Amino acid sequence: MKGNEALAEAAIRAGCKCFFGYPITPQTELAAYMAKRMHKAGGVFLQAESEIAAINMVLGAASTGVRAMTSSSSPGISLKSEGISYIAGSDLPAVIINVQRGGPGLGGIQPSQADYWQATKSLGHGDFQLLVYAPASVQEMVDMVVTAFDRADKYRMPAMILADGLLGQMMEPVSFPEINVNAYDKSSWAADGHKNKREHHIINSLYLKPDELQKSVYDRYKRYEIVKENETDAELYLTEDCDILLCAYGATARVVKSAVNSAREIGIKAGMFRPKTLYPFPVKELNKACETAEKLLCVEMSMGQMIDDVKLAINCSKPVEFFGRTGGVIPTPAEILGEIKRIGGVK
Amino acid sequence: MAVVFERPKSLIDVSTHYCPGCTHGIVHRILCEVIDEMGIEGDTIGICPVGCSVMAYDYFNCDMIEAPHGRAPAVATGVKRTNPDKYVFTYQGDGDLAAIGTAETVHSAVRGENIVVIFINNTIYGMTGGQMAPTTLPGQVTQTTPFGRSPELAGYPVRVCEMLATLSGTALAQRVAVDSVPHIREAKKAIRKAFENQRDKKGFSIVEVLSTCPTNWGLTPLEAIKRLQDEMIPYYPLGVYKDVQESVFSNTEGGQG
Amino acid sequence: MASTDILLAGFGGQGVLFAGKILAYCGLMDNRELSWLPSYGPEMRGGTANCSVCISDEPIGSPLVLTPDILIAMNQPSFDKFISDVKTGGKVFYDSTLIEAEYDRTDIEVFGIPSSQLADDNQLKGGSNIILLGKLIKETGLFGLETVQKAIEKVVPPSKAKLIPNNLKAIEIGMNN
Repeated sequence: MKGNEALAEAAIRAGCKCFFGYPITPQTELAAYMAKRMHKAGGVFLQAESEIAAINMVLGAASTGVRAMTSSSSPGISLKSEGISYIAGSDLPAVIINVQRGGPGLGGIQPSQADYWQATKSLGHGDFQLLVYAPASVQEMVDMVVTAFDRADKYRMPAMILADGLLGQMMEPVSFPEINVNAYDKSSWAADGHKNKREHHIINSLYLKPDELQKSVYDRYKRYEIVKENETDAELYLTEDCDILLCAYGATARVVKSAVNSAREIGIKAGMFRPKTLYPFPVKELNKACETAEKLLCVEMSMGQMIDDVKLAINCSKPVEFFGRTGGVIPTPAEILGEIKRIGGVK
Repeated sequence: MAVVFERPKSLIDVSTHYCPGCTHGIVHRILCEVIDEMGIEGDTIGICPVGCSVMAYDYFNCDMIEAPHGRAPAVATGVKRTNPDKYVFTYQGDGDLAAIGTAETVHSAVRGENIVVIFINNTIYGMTGGQMAPTTLPGQVTQTTPFGRSPELAGYPVRVCEMLATLSGTALAQRVAVDSVPHIREAKKAIRKAFENQRDKKGFSIVEVLSTCPTNWGLTPLEAIKRLQDEMIPYYPLGVYKDVQESVFSNTEGGQG
Repeated sequence: MASTDILLAGFGGQGVLFAGKILAYCGLMDNRELSWLPSYGPEMRGGTANCSVCISDEPIGSPLVLTPDILIAMNQPSFDKFISDVKTGGKVFYDSTLIEAEYDRTDIEVFGIPSSQLADDNQLKGGSNIILLGKLIKETGLFGLETVQKAIEKVVPPSKAKLIPNNLKAIEIGMNN
């Protein structure tokens, strides 16, 4: 199954009741799949007039307590950023898919990871975070979208699947696990009509009094602390004895893994740390992974974005080097191996 | 003693933040009267815009959602599509509906979204202090048209009802005013009809309400009413621009999805 | 063979992605690890199209095939572009109706069959891709015929099920040429 289609199927199985989207390469198969399946699944599919409208339809549906989702690729996510900020500011759960492509501007349509900062640091104005999941296989796209819906509800915050064109377009075997959808009680806040049985609910992000706005942000950040404590996830590969620790996420991590294996074959003790959650960043896991490492090498399909979090997580206690490709160019195992050799002083 | 006049139940008993002489209060009231008369408060979800009515969620007793600027019809679409049995209305000003939110407005109508849009046209941005709106009249002085709106520089005003009446998904497009008792009665009837359209699943209904903004117009409330009558109504004629008898989707042919 | 990287390349519309899908499903039928990655974008619409298929007994690292063990080339630009990337000991299959094979490599095996011509001769319009696939199956032994048959039945959508026999016939022609 194609990554984009697997995402869509998993979302439906995870109880997603509505999808609002707008076509953009390389995520369009997701919307096409939703258009075919959602109706039969008793949900709503709607092609909006813009990315902006789509995210606001998500806001509306989520306000009533319904599991809602939208998907796009990089330029479209920029358009959605306004709505995502409102969703976060209104403490609404929602799932947003970004099948990244090269940028800036219209950029290209090939895979990229240049939206790391956008997803983890600056997806819209104001103090807020999204949960950000980074799958590296079609199976993980399935598993993570299920988790994303659950945690979005649990913490009342938006969650993003940060994939890329390679994962979206590729086909791999996938199995759909039995999903027990946790039903979170939304009756204390959902604006779905009060039936004259309760006070009216207001979904809102406006607080004109600074102390009230500050309090709402403080409260949200208290939840983020719980998220940071409980929701990090990472894969540690051959890290127990590694001299060089490679850090990569998503599709890049697959290429890095091949390079790590090649390095081991020629006697270089390389290992890999792959964050599966980008927010919260797996700080503890990284520190554990690099215990024996002398140097770190961060590999990304960008000019270097996650590297900032890597340096922060280890408090710059070890040298962190960078190798990146961008614009839709995928790094090759050979060139990464070359970097490993260079750093390891092997000729 | 018999009570002959009281606050509608769905209008919360608080002082509003609106300026003296502003007609938002009248529109709020007649909207709530309709909600009360139809007995639908518990099944109604309102969407507030960004603009002067941004805090209307504190005044209406039904569930309320605050939308980003211009996006209320998209938010309403999300609510209505997932809650087709609820009544959903947006309450939007001219900047919100006809400038930044034009796409959302037009395409909600295009899709025949079964929602009610209350459109407050007072030819000016009120909340931000009196800048040119898409409905600002030619020659009208605002903060950003200090020499009067020049169509050559700033284009012509948008006639929203006329525009939306051309779309197949629009069930009702009616322009009313709240400058006099007969007009206020007419306005209430139009709002009632819009909600009945939603109940009967007829399609997209918009009621444009010509309103005043004494503060930003720099006029007294009475002068403002007079301006509405003398300058706005001639440019924005009152009346029904579209009113379908059946659903906008009866007599259509198409696919299933 | 623990791991096989296959690159299929040609013009859009020649069925490069479809042939790749059959190989991927062969891997699925044999319970092996696999990935299928198309080039996507404007080139889908008539330009060059290619797709990477990895079949392995281990989890697949990079799904992008840069140095294939097996290359299927369906047009001249693809042949010329990718022939130098094929791994030593690799195999190349090309349509000799459309391609003039000029190369200076002696460390690979190159098989040309007139697949377009064969398709036309057998009233299998658009079957050149599958004929090449048949040749690949015969020369590499990557999958058994039964696996290929099952894969074809999976990949051909139910609405086009009547095309299954033609695809099986194309495989057979490829295997016998």
